[in-house]
Amino acid sequence: MTQPPDQTVRPRLALSGISKSFPGVKANEDISLGVAPGEIHALLGENGAGKSTLVKIIYGVQQADAGTIAWDGAPVSIPSPKAARRLGIGMVFQHFSLFDAMTVIENIALGLDEACDTNELKGRVAAILESYSLPLDPEREVHTLSVGERQRIEIVRCLLQNPRLLIMDEPTSVLTPQEVDKLFGTLRQIASQGCAILYISHKLHEIKALCEAATILRAGRVVATCDPRVESTKRMAELMIGAELRQIEHGGSAGAGPVRLSVSALTLPGEPPFGTDLRAVAFEARAGEILGIAGVAGNGQSELLTALSGERPANTADAVTLDGKPVGRLDAGARRALGLCCVPEERNGHAAVPDFSLADNAVLTARHRLPLTPLGMISTGDVKRFADSVIKRFDVRTTGTAALARSLSGGNLQKFIMGREIGQTPGVLVVCQPTWGVDAGAAAAIRQELVDLAEKGSAVVVISQDLDELLELADRLCVINEGRLSAPRAVASLGIDEIGLMMGGVHGESEVAHA
Amino acid sequence: MLEWRRRREPSMLMLWLSPLIAIGLTMLLGMIVFTAMGYDGFHAVESIFVTPFIEPQRWPDLGVKAAPLVMIALGLAIGFRANVWNIGAEGQYIMGAIAGTGVALVTHEMTGWWILPAMAFAGVLGGMAWAAVPAFLRVRLQVSEILTSLMLTYVAVQGLYYLVRGPWKDPDGFNFPQTRMFGADQTLPAMMEGSLVHLGIPAALVIALVAWLLMEKTTAGYAVRVVGLAPAAARHGGFSADRVTWATLLASGGLAGLAGLFEAAGPFGQLTPQFPTGYGFTAIIVAFLGRLNPLGIVFGGVVLAATYVGGEIAQTTVRLPQAATGMFQALLLFVLLATDVLVKYRIGWKARAA
Amino acid sequence: MTTAILVSILMTLIAASTPILLAALGELVTEKAGVLNLGVEGMMLCGAVAGFAVAFSTGSTMLGLLAAMVAGVATAMVFAVLTLSLTANQVATGLALTIFGIGASSLIGAGFVGRTITRLDPVLPAALSEHPLLRAIFGHDIVVYLSLALVLGVSLFLRRTRPGLILRAVGENDASAHAIGYPVIAIRYAAIAFGGALAGLGGAYFSLALTPMWAEGLTAGRGWIALALVVFAAWRPGRLLLGAYLFGSVMTLELQAKAAGITWLAPELLAMTPYLATIAVLTMMSLGRKTGRLNAPACLGKPFSAS
Repeated sequence: MTQPPDQTVRPRLALSGISKSFPGVKANEDISLGVAPGEIHALLGENGAGKSTLVKIIYGVQQADAGTIAWDGAPVSIPSPKAARRLGIGMVFQHFSLFDAMTVIENIALGLDEACDTNELKGRVAAILESYSLPLDPEREVHTLSVGERQRIEIVRCLLQNPRLLIMDEPTSVLTPQEVDKLFGTLRQIASQGCAILYISHKLHEIKALCEAATILRAGRVVATCDPRVESTKRMAELMIGAELRQIEHGGSAGAGPVRLSVSALTLPGEPPFGTDLRAVAFEARAGEILGIAGVAGNGQSELLTALSGERPANTADAVTLDGKPVGRLDAGARRALGLCCVPEERNGHAAVPDFSLADNAVLTARHRLPLTPLGMISTGDVKRFADSVIKRFDVRTTGTAALARSLSGGNLQKFIMGREIGQTPGVLVVCQPTWGVDAGAAAAIRQELVDLAEKGSAVVVISQDLDELLELADRLCVINEGRLSAPRAVASLGIDEIGLMMGGVHGESEVAHA
Repeated sequence: MLEWRRRREPSMLMLWLSPLIAIGLTMLLGMIVFTAMGYDGFHAVESIFVTPFIEPQRWPDLGVKAAPLVMIALGLAIGFRANVWNIGAEGQYIMGAIAGTGVALVTHEMTGWWILPAMAFAGVLGGMAWAAVPAFLRVRLQVSEILTSLMLTYVAVQGLYYLVRGPWKDPDGFNFPQTRMFGADQTLPAMMEGSLVHLGIPAALVIALVAWLLMEKTTAGYAVRVVGLAPAAARHGGFSADRVTWATLLASGGLAGLAGLFEAAGPFGQLTPQFPTGYGFTAIIVAFLGRLNPLGIVFGGVVLAATYVGGEIAQTTVRLPQAATGMFQALLLFVLLATDVLVKYRIGWKARAA
Repeated sequence: MTTAILVSILMTLIAASTPILLAALGELVTEKAGVLNLGVEGMMLCGAVAGFAVAFSTGSTMLGLLAAMVAGVATAMVFAVLTLSLTANQVATGLALTIFGIGASSLIGAGFVGRTITRLDPVLPAALSEHPLLRAIFGHDIVVYLSLALVLGVSLFLRRTRPGLILRAVGENDASAHAIGYPVIAIRYAAIAFGGALAGLGGAYFSLALTPMWAEGLTAGRGWIALALVVFAAWRPGRLLLGAYLFGSVMTLELQAKAAGITWLAPELLAMTPYLATIAVLTMMSLGRKTGRLNAPACLGKPFSAS
């Protein structure tokens, strides 16, 4: 780290023609990029654009199908993370590899490849904390630390190995604004000492603030490289999201119907261990409309869903009302009986039981609204008929109602789960990531069913990280950020740059004027 | 090289075949172990596992021993399916017998058809009460039911000793530590002349059928299964894990208590310090051998009953100690757990890396 | 006179505590690696019978202790293969191990019922070990001192050494440990083996020191109490020592009350006390959960497969 910045401008890392395919998906296609010593280089793209795959290839977690990696000008192969670390590549993952019940110094020791005397290690860690003025108490146990402090442990683990390239994977997705500022200061200092930094994000304002070069990925390909300090946010948002925006056709009935679901002052602590607190969430969903809730992962989406479904009851009955009835204290079954159905993001073990047949999985949530269990007896024939109708209507590819849920592909299981809820004509349907992992044709069919459901007079709430999907579906859109929900805006009145900025967490700030 | 490949769906064939494979392997292992210990291994295993089935005069005994095993295992299996590990069935079995015997002692000078049902009712309540303690501690305070239910077994055993040596000692019993014999109206009527075959056998079969219907055909059974397999999905579907914990512990306690009462009012006809025979522990093996399926448990109960009956036969034919039965039963459970891997995995030959 | 009685009570207390301490210490290490082995009682019984058989046949109690540890490791390995390599349920397999231990030990032990051996001797010279007062400290056999040394050793191992750190990491978050590159399964095998060795040694202490003879089921549920003690100790070796000696004193009191001929409380009711005390202790730990839960290895009892 003490070496002077490289004067030859030879890139520290140069990728050329990197391609990587998984069954059915081309994750990376002919990607080339270079990162110079001391440079903070942004890798920009939406969820699923191929950023994670690319950095896993650089860090030796996965191997490219084609293409070459050059390190300080010399071609290298990186067969394992250990090999990457030996070259001088450090990586801070989005999901930390930490041990909650252990102290900071123990966690750091566990991250080292070789044994190290505790006192010597303490000295080295203290020196790093000092020189980067990182506040972190080495003797504290990890579970008492904030997420930002936990991230510092991962950074210190990297710095101890004297990295010459540091990869940061979505480092701010779980940080508070203050922690983000602090992190940026640290990263700038690391870069100033000659370390190259590859910074992965989809938050435009961060990249403008931090990075001096950006490579923008979309659908596995490089769509542009630019200097984010001079490029407009609007232009980058368009490049990232795709300039050809869809024609959005909204039903004429939007907002016309009566309020079916009303949420007010819903406050709920996050689910341990890394949950986000819901803070005074309030919104209304009317008959006939689709309300979209956008946001970056981990901003309280799963907490919002379980609070609405009744899996975690609210503090007061009035916090959630359904067709005017207070339901905040009711459990999931009682709410569903009244017409509030939900589809959580996690399919296996939450929306469905992997070791149950599809018929059994139909009983799980459909028994309250359909006559499947008269007098507490499961009516096998009715259940089978209902499950069959779902399989047919939603084109679920399976061997039949007796197939175990775990035997279905993710997309097929999602179709079954969506069909199970839509098939019971709920008054209000709340879905989280309705088309996640579903192929394009099936996704279109699911979206059509959601539109049809709304047109029949139900209120539909779609929580999604997929902006394209929300723009196509929703009549009104709001953004969830750190457990707070913004005021909804009519989708027709939103500009593309505005949405991109909202996703990045800069709602209503002056940068909108850039457009 | 041998390699394990995870199956996409668990093999239904293996699910039912693996207990049979386990039985076969256990017989083989048993022969090897008993031979190594200096017994006639082949005839030992033949006595334990074959003779009880082919000699009709052994069948009543088989039924008498299978009935309590099946009854207890049914309750345990329902709990195991919900991830509720009641391993103190032996204690609940003893408490059922104690509670029923209490009624018998109070009514020992009375007659009437109502006495036996009252004893049975008390037996169920006794077992339930003993299981309610771990249920309360787990639901309210998250104390593991494994340790509490087991500790209560030791308490129940000491309680039994105390009663038969102290307050309940038969005043006309020459100071032997046992209660007085039950009267005719306090004893299960013999169903076959000259044998111990009692009401418990048909009762166990009926309960197995009811349990099967409950588990497979009702929402209550569905709740038990879903809470055990996927707690988050259960909550999503509106099922309460706490209620399932209470229900399964009370059910298994009640069934163990009823089995204990039947044993006291049937084969024993009184309480003695020899009453705890370990049925509550053996029933755990029965439950697993029967794949936690009520109908499979009937099969498992008969197999384990055979090891008891056959163990006695082997004592005379090849002088195998009584303890061999217990080891043989445990061997069966080990092998069964090992063969379970066949349900989830497929064994195949891995081609050498090129 | 009274000092003599006190010294003798103290001696009994330490002796009665030692087997639980050993078994619980082994289980503590196993659980720290994230594995719940409910087969402690079974491993103790196997150790007890193996130790007695070898001591009886060879005349050497030391060889007996060694054999007990080997037997403990052997039975523990059956558990390890089933749960780690064949991914069997840990609770069910632990129960199977206990049932197996009860059956196998009484089968093997059937030939040894009624035989006696010479009790394990005190290690220190008679001047110290038979001194009327000092024998309370210096009059114990080697296993007592070994158990105390092991408490210190395990405590230092877990807190101060890198292998100890890695073992705790595996029990805390097996996925993270695997992601960093530690061999989760191999470490768990080692931890289970250690637990087996100490359970075997603890079992042998019954048949070679406490009552130098073999009797069926002579551990009387002490293996289960050891399991509860680990929870009571919040997975800390120092508190384990305290807990084991506390239970030892409950059992000593029970013995003393019997010996003193107390009549107002039936001996059977006295015999219930260790088990009731265990339930009470577990309940108390749960009421003051703050420390207990955070210290429980987060991956305890959960299966792990690398793929």
